[in-house]
Amino acid sequence: MEAGIVSYGAYVPRHRITPTEIGRVWGVDGEAMGLGLNVRRKSVPAPDEDTITISTEALRTALVRGAIDPQQIGALYVGSESHPYAVKPSATVVAQAVGATPNLTAADFEFACKAGTAAIQTCLGLVGAGMIRYGVAIGADTSQGAPGDALEYSASAGGAAFVIGKERVICRVERTTSYTTDTPDFWRREGQRYPSHGGRFTGEPAYFRHVTECAHRIMEASGTTPKDYQHVVFHQPNGKFPQRVGKQLGFTDPQMRYGLVTPAIGNTYSAAALIGLANVLDHAHPGERILMVGYGSGAGSDAFDLETTDAIASFEKGYGRPVEYYLENGVELSYAMYAKFRGKIHMGGE
Amino acid sequence: MRDVAVLGVGQTKFGELWDRSFREIGIEAGLQALVDAKLSSQDLGGLFLGNMASGALIDQEHIAPLILDATGLGHRHLPAVRVEGGGASGALALHQGYLAVASGLYDYVVVGGAEKLTDVPDETASRITSSAADHEWEVVFGATLPALWALVARRHMHDFGTTREELARVAVHAHEMGSKNPNAHYRNKLTLAQVMDAGPVAEPLGMLDCAPLSDGAAAVVLGPMELARKHTDTPVRIVASQVACDTMALHHRREITRLESTVVAARRAFDQARRIPSDVQVAEIHDAYTISALVSLEDLGFVDKGRAGPEFATGRFGPGGKTVVNTSGGLKAQGRPFGAVGVAQVVELVRQLRGEAKERQVSGANIGLAQDVGGTGATTVVHILERAN
Amino acid sequence: MSVARFWRETPRRYNLGGSKCTMCGTVYFPPRAVCPECTSHRQSIEKMVPYQLSGEGEVISYTIVHDAAEGFEMQVPYALGLVKTPEGPVLTGQIVDIEPETVAIGLKVRATFRKLREEGASGVIHYGYKFTPLDESGILPSARGPAAPAPAKDAPGPERTST
Repeated sequence: MEAGIVSYGAYVPRHRITPTEIGRVWGVDGEAMGLGLNVRRKSVPAPDEDTITISTEALRTALVRGAIDPQQIGALYVGSESHPYAVKPSATVVAQAVGATPNLTAADFEFACKAGTAAIQTCLGLVGAGMIRYGVAIGADTSQGAPGDALEYSASAGGAAFVIGKERVICRVERTTSYTTDTPDFWRREGQRYPSHGGRFTGEPAYFRHVTECAHRIMEASGTTPKDYQHVVFHQPNGKFPQRVGKQLGFTDPQMRYGLVTPAIGNTYSAAALIGLANVLDHAHPGERILMVGYGSGAGSDAFDLETTDAIASFEKGYGRPVEYYLENGVELSYAMYAKFRGKIHMGGE
Repeated sequence: MRDVAVLGVGQTKFGELWDRSFREIGIEAGLQALVDAKLSSQDLGGLFLGNMASGALIDQEHIAPLILDATGLGHRHLPAVRVEGGGASGALALHQGYLAVASGLYDYVVVGGAEKLTDVPDETASRITSSAADHEWEVVFGATLPALWALVARRHMHDFGTTREELARVAVHAHEMGSKNPNAHYRNKLTLAQVMDAGPVAEPLGMLDCAPLSDGAAAVVLGPMELARKHTDTPVRIVASQVACDTMALHHRREITRLESTVVAARRAFDQARRIPSDVQVAEIHDAYTISALVSLEDLGFVDKGRAGPEFATGRFGPGGKTVVNTSGGLKAQGRPFGAVGVAQVVELVRQLRGEAKERQVSGANIGLAQDVGGTGATTVVHILERAN
Repeated sequence: MSVARFWRETPRRYNLGGSKCTMCGTVYFPPRAVCPECTSHRQSIEKMVPYQLSGEGEVISYTIVHDAAEGFEMQVPYALGLVKTPEGPVLTGQIVDIEPETVAIGLKVRATFRKLREEGASGVIHYGYKFTPLDESGILPSARGPAAPAPAKDAPGPERTST
């Protein structure tokens, strides 16, 4: 493919909460829960943050790093399952906030946790077809688990933005492949505040089947095996699933080192694989091959066979925070403050 | 232009007047002033009414004819005009009344100021009064009036070394004065520790650095000096009435610790009166916040820039001092019914200059100054009054 | 607040679009139609052009607000500052992502994009600028200059984005 990644930026809110603190409130051994999930801390958005503000921060970073004129953006898609509006696009606010309006197409994507990778595929198509110069794909979420639900120990907030184009490509996209079925492992009905899920049904028939099948298919098409890749990134609803699926597929820990970020920030849903990829790119040298396999409940996987170019060596990373900053920093909250920040306290009125 | 005198004054109690409506307080203050001036209503030329936010506070606009009518003058078809200038609405109405009499168009006018803040919840009243700041570029971004004055305070402390304790002294002084004023919202005295330990509103300002939300009304009768002796043995001459405005938002000021509108209005007023600050024995100044009083003392010319904190601490603005400020208790203790404040300041000065201020009388008071500020200083009105002997 | 009332200011509130007087070079935010600095005030009319602020600045005063402005109740105590930009204008805005008690005069900040308030649970959401500390964030100003995306040379300013 001619089209590839021209620039990128990631953003994770400042606050964190530990599974131990969450478990303390619900009478659960949170430490054991955290170890079981391989999640040490999860990020928490401030009361004035949402998918739109997170997307904007990530994209502004990407635009400065890539020295991209926002007026050259022809398409902007925000993939999320926590768009602030049920009706009214996040993408238009983000486009206006970065100065990309009005000559572009914009839309919101939703496909559980893989709306961001779906947006990348769409941009690759538009750029590849010569319809636009730059396409922006963002995955961002401020997802919530119901109080006390297993999801509450991992559901977090963050975002990553990728600019897709043909000029000054820092990471080529050799191929992308998808695998999609109707599998109701996780959902949120219209008007419901928190999602529902099928418990352990989210594992084998859902995450593992789709990720594994999709990974096999793309490697088969590319004629590659796991050892051809320096880095691998999976969707990471927790820290355990990607480790297990990686082992099953034949990848080693060093290959997963940078792509696995959930243990430090939690499951950022639509951003999870993309922040992992951003961390890989933060560390990658020219000529390194990367396999990324996203997953969204419902269900589907998007796989990308990627390779960094010489341009990544001179890519400006000085602006914006590297992903590592977010993995290592943060201010911990009590459950009470977390509940207030996330609107989990019933305030009366309305 | 002819000389203008204050012939009569009236004022309601300030405070939480739960049992009294906007019209009732308007009537009371206006009628008191008419009686005090011994003015026949046939001779009245018109009404100027200062009010900041009746529409938002009591769902009633068009209040000048409403008060005129409530006072029983509806069928006289007098001109009645409402004047709005944020917290300076009252003094701005007085300026208009002054111009009307000085021009010779009217002989006698009533200038009233009234505000009813307790008919809405406190949070609503705070929101509405914060609209005296720039809504679009300050309030929308999280500013309130106390927060904006706190920005002034912090910078004043940074630039001039003003201390928390120096700020607190302003509130202690106000309550000391207010304790002697039967019309005051607060008549309790405060200690420095009480002010400094009070809960924070917008740091460094705490609860007791800020004037309360009060109901109240005040009124004065103005007339030409040459007719004043018909009405009173102790007419008080308005020797200066000046208005100056500045940028709406604090962030657009050239210096955020200087009330340029006060500097200019005061300079014009002292020029008009041919007086200097040290001639003034009594002054009613804008102590809506402790910091606003200190900055005002500097910008009115009573002390050098940056020196108000330590100078205030010497007691030179207290009883027995060269210039005694806010004998009424000021906005802090007498109360802060926004549109009534500027008129009430002049009511207090007239009482002082007539020698009728009882317990709080400043002996030998002949010249008084009133400074009324809107928002964070987008408007300042300065009046200088002299006892006519 | 009506939807239109906030919407019409979004080029300023989202993107820090100001104006510059082509006669004396002074920059304003929000944009002005006439230049207060020009001695010939009247001649600056129609000589004001759009100008984009970089979003960087320095705190020249601050307060920690405990008695919140309407819509900010969930954020108390919050820091509110006056931020002086290198271009000249001073802006009033919240300083976020910092412990309020550590804000100080001289703190270097940059503009960020946050929710300002919501019109209740079913109304529109208003977004705009706030400021975050440069130091703590680890963000280094780009060697190329402005923090905000640089506008194209041929079509500068916020008006491009306001339609």
